[in-house]
Amino acid sequence: MLDNLARLARYRGLIQSLVARELKARYRGSVLGFFWSFINPLTLLLIYTFVFKYVMPAAPQGTDPYPLFMFCGLLPWTWFASSLMESSGVLISGGNLIKKVLFPAEILPIVTVTANMIHFFLALPILVFFLVWFSAPLTVPELLCFPLVVAVQFIFTLGCALILSALTVHFRDIRDILSNLLTLWFFATPIIYSYQYAPTLARRFMNLNPFAHLAISYQEILFFPGPFGHWKWLVALGAVSVAWFLVGYWLFDRLRDSFAEEV
Amino acid sequence: MTEYRGPRAEDRGPTGERTHAEDRESMIEDRTSNLGPRSSNMQPRTSGLEPRTSTAQRAAIEVLRVSKIYRRFAHRKQFATLKSALLSRSLIKNLKPDETFTALNDVTLTVPKGRTLGVIGRNGSGKSTLLKLIAGITKPSSGTVQVDGRISALIELGAGFHPEISGRENVFINGIMLGLTKREIARRFDEIVEFAELREFIDAPVKTYSSGMYMRLGFAVAIHVDPDVLLVDEVLAVGDEGFTHKCLNKFADFKRRGKTILLVTHSLGLVDRFCDEALWLDGGRIHGSGDPKRIVDAYITDVQHREERELAANDAKARQSAAATIVSPDEPASAVLPDSPVETAIAPGDMFQASEGRWGSREVEITEVMLTGSDGAGHVFRSGDPLDVRITLRAPLPITDFVIGIGVFNAQGVCCYGTNTAIEDLAPEYLSGDAQVIFSIASLDLVEGTYKLDVAVHKIDGYPYDYHRLLYTFRVKSRAKDVGIYRPRHTWRFDGDVRFKSPERDDE
Repeated sequence: MLDNLARLARYRGLIQSLVARELKARYRGSVLGFFWSFINPLTLLLIYTFVFKYVMPAAPQGTDPYPLFMFCGLLPWTWFASSLMESSGVLISGGNLIKKVLFPAEILPIVTVTANMIHFFLALPILVFFLVWFSAPLTVPELLCFPLVVAVQFIFTLGCALILSALTVHFRDIRDILSNLLTLWFFATPIIYSYQYAPTLARRFMNLNPFAHLAISYQEILFFPGPFGHWKWLVALGAVSVAWFLVGYWLFDRLRDSFAEEV
Repeated sequence: MTEYRGPRAEDRGPTGERTHAEDRESMIEDRTSNLGPRSSNMQPRTSGLEPRTSTAQRAAIEVLRVSKIYRRFAHRKQFATLKSALLSRSLIKNLKPDETFTALNDVTLTVPKGRTLGVIGRNGSGKSTLLKLIAGITKPSSGTVQVDGRISALIELGAGFHPEISGRENVFINGIMLGLTKREIARRFDEIVEFAELREFIDAPVKTYSSGMYMRLGFAVAIHVDPDVLLVDEVLAVGDEGFTHKCLNKFADFKRRGKTILLVTHSLGLVDRFCDEALWLDGGRIHGSGDPKRIVDAYITDVQHREERELAANDAKARQSAAATIVSPDEPASAVLPDSPVETAIAPGDMFQASEGRWGSREVEITEVMLTGSDGAGHVFRSGDPLDVRITLRAPLPITDFVIGIGVFNAQGVCCYGTNTAIEDLAPEYLSGDAQVIFSIASLDLVEGTYKLDVAVHKIDGYPYDYHRLLYTFRVKSRAKDVGIYRPRHTWRFDGDVRFKSPERDDE
């Protein structure tokens, strides 16, 4: 397993080209093309802002300006959720490669997660726009933590993606289960509401939710004034994520031989 | 989790150690070594420590006692559900096979460097499995596979192409997948496009390509990886004649440069002509290997025997069903046979629309029809061989008005030849008791194909005693794939400044 892991480093070039291909191919042929990366989150933003500002304005306490608050959690979530959805099917749709070309299969989920991360980066300008617009309380030390949060999320997502992609080969209905699970997960995560103002019991549950810590970290860094108090949780989650990734990779490696026959 | 280690994993010599710089150079080798069991004696291609002569003698492909067992899942359908697995608490159990299928059984083979091996065998004999094992795409259930050098497998062409992006980008990505670096591809790019004959279309998205263009591009990329070991799985049928020819030239070029080729094909002529050695797989086992001509001949003979049995079984079935539906002599005979009996046996008329069957009054009965070639009775004969049709008759009462006829039809129902005793001015005198008729053909000058026989005994006016319509099948085999119905005996002669290379095979 460690050998295989080390081998991945040699595949940088291939991963790069595949990610580039993924990004190019995604919007090829659509009129707005690349701008969909902006439009999709903006639409979501409009809907949620409308609901929580005008329909039930009491719900999100302490989250003003709301668009900025929501964006801090929503963009990372989109990266996470679409990585998982896509990677659950990636081995099946890439079956041709696995069956006919000598090809380390883990590259496919890795490419999916990475491509979605690039999308996340591409949507960051909107976030920057909102940060400037609302003159958010940014400090340099906090901003330096931002890459760390991204790294933790990347490793955590990768672990999930490896497990999901490998298991979906054997159990195809994981994809449907997953889409429902993600909806639930979204509302269980402080993205459209604030962790600080949630009831204690709910907060206890949220502490068990890995993505909650990521979302809170993003929010503390970019949105809330004051120091980045959540860093202990983030470091812990970082350690867990590395372990999680190794578990995922181990499982993937165990099931590797079955892919060429099952997909 | 490499569970297999090549038997020579330990004796990695000084040349087996490689530096970091070489790692980048020999990316494919590393890939293969890590993916498959061929972990051991891989030499970096750049290593000049070993003299050329000794590498030429080393094996390029070594397959040692390899078996491949595919699992089948009887309980679980292909699209099993997680829920049901969880409910029955058999998640782990369900991941285990209930039934196995042995695709390869204890196969051992060695291909020395620079040799071309042709693998033949019927469908499902394990040829493609062997190729995938050597390519490292699947792992053997037991045994070891070692390949020395960079592999390129032409299994499915253009497998990694993405339809939305241009041919140019796909060439780069496909090339990287196959183990080239960006720089190497850039250097070979023009050559690849030239080879694929796609200069004008290279910047169009691949989804707009025809399947032929797609395959050509895939082939061009794969072949320009410049492998040491080339694995080819029945992909020569990708283009027009010209392209196939170009591919073959490329293979020949590979051969000249001392590369190793493993060719899985159904084109026996290609094996015969092109390969140094042939391997015949049957039911996952090696059925024979060695000189291509010998192996191909043995294979053809085996196929004939198989067909023989098949045809015999089919004929028996046809006769059985014909016997079950014996038509009364008057109705069909008068209905189908026109007045002139002499013509009916041969001239294509309405009755030739009739499918196989048997009818007649049975005043004379055809009890047996046997085809005998140079190797004895059978159903498969070589074009140009003698053929005897032995007809056994029984007439319980003496009969004076009788004609014995025979007709040969090809698979399209075209009458290739028909005659009878009346046409050939044999006037009947009498027939009584058991009799045998032998219709002897000196040379079966038919092209390859399946033929059916009509055999009949009837009165001069056409009244049938026993008419066997298309109940006997035989096959004509020929190594020359000429076309038409009849092959006249012929030779070619040339005058003037005409020369051909020495013939590749004699025309049997």
